[in-house]
Amino acid sequence: MATKILIPTPLRPYTDKKDAVEADGATVGELLADLTQKHSGLRNHLFNEHGKLRSFVNIYLNDEDIRYLQKEQTPVGAGDTISIIPSVAGGAS
Amino acid sequence: MSVVFEKELPTLTNDEVKRYSRHLIMPEVGVDGQRKLKAGSVLCIGAGGLGSPAAMYLAAAGVGRIGLIDFDVVDFSNLQRQIIHGTPDVGRSKLDSARDRLRAINPHVELETYEAALSSENALKLFEPYDVILDGTDNFPTRYLTNDACVLLGKPNAYGSIFRFEGQASVFATKDGPCYRCLYPEPPPPGLVPSCAEGGVLGVLPGVIGVIQATEAIKLITGIGEPLIGRFLIYDALRMRFRELKLKKDPDCPVCGTHPTVTRLIDYEQFCGIVPAAKEQTPVSVQANNTEITSVELKQRLDRGDKLTLVDVREPNEYQINRIPGTTLIPLGEIERRLSELNPDDEIVVHCKMGGRSAKAADILRSKGFKHVLNLKGGILDWIDKVDPTQPKY
Repeated sequence: MATKILIPTPLRPYTDKKDAVEADGATVGELLADLTQKHSGLRNHLFNEHGKLRSFVNIYLNDEDIRYLQKEQTPVGAGDTISIIPSVAGGAS
Repeated sequence: MSVVFEKELPTLTNDEVKRYSRHLIMPEVGVDGQRKLKAGSVLCIGAGGLGSPAAMYLAAAGVGRIGLIDFDVVDFSNLQRQIIHGTPDVGRSKLDSARDRLRAINPHVELETYEAALSSENALKLFEPYDVILDGTDNFPTRYLTNDACVLLGKPNAYGSIFRFEGQASVFATKDGPCYRCLYPEPPPPGLVPSCAEGGVLGVLPGVIGVIQATEAIKLITGIGEPLIGRFLIYDALRMRFRELKLKKDPDCPVCGTHPTVTRLIDYEQFCGIVPAAKEQTPVSVQANNTEITSVELKQRLDRGDKLTLVDVREPNEYQINRIPGTTLIPLGEIERRLSELNPDDEIVVHCKMGGRSAKAADILRSKGFKHVLNLKGGILDWIDKVDPTQPKY
């Protein structure tokens, strides 16, 4: 079952400029593994060298932060959408 | 509840009644709301993309006192989005330019300007006399500093951030709401997230986000509506879509949690992994000898007929603006996929606009077994300055 993953602007260079891609998996962790398999350039931006999700990248299942669900074990169902929300600093210059 | 509830509300002069009549006839604002605005104060961190529209609307709306912090000078490349400044202001201090514009919009507003970089030493003192802090900065150390100072002082932070055509907004550091650290406990390491100067920004985008920040500041002061607390607004200008994500106050948050570990302002440059220049010098210069090339050296070697493969790792639209003759365009995001176009035994010079992206490209190439990779120091901008001044800079 393919789930839609919304890609934020700073990470679109790693998904052939697509703003949404699809990945397969029953949990958020499986989806992200499939996503980084398909788009290997994303891996370094989402995970640190120990394979842990980076703390300046938040993953949302619909409008909920997975840190407050079951983290990467959070199950994903039909019609769910995953969002990757990295921190962005721009504003003044 | 309004952030100015403890203050005695000033009266409105006849001139002010005329000026604010479209507010006064709305029951949600009315005379009392306008008096709250007059009693209220907002400090804008940065008079740039976000601070420009925010400060202009706050002044027009009649916020009694507006503070601005900036230390920059107006540049031509600012004018595409920083609408508080005009063409005749290029070269002036942003604060002087902004002060003139705001005074022209509304002479009833008291303006305070601080020509300084926000720091751990001055932040608490600067924030103290204001009701709302409006974060319009452009870098992570100042964002974390602004957040922590707001939490420590109990001041709401009308937050906005932009990149290319996507913006984020929220209200942080209210009494029961989350703060920026609840959302992002740690910043990204330097270099992993591009800045606006590197990534570009759609000129109208900070207009939308800055005005959302100003809207939230006005709502906090008047105490009307539903503030953007515990909600993270994401705006995609290309798709013309707003999305809202839920934010929770993190009980383990190091600054606003139940057992905070950050109880005073820290060294935010260090927190964000930025090494002070003095300490960095020795290792970098040693390393630079083997991994970097200056534009003058590159020109000499090209003139000499040395066999060098030049690779431009910028995006195609940047390549259209200016280029080094004979270079091959392989954007950073494509380099891993297009390694077969390059010979690992050749001497390769990678370059971008200023040297940041090409340093990453050089690391990737070296990790893939490329033996002779040099990064063009200062990028194509340095090449134009030192070698080919006929080309335009951006």
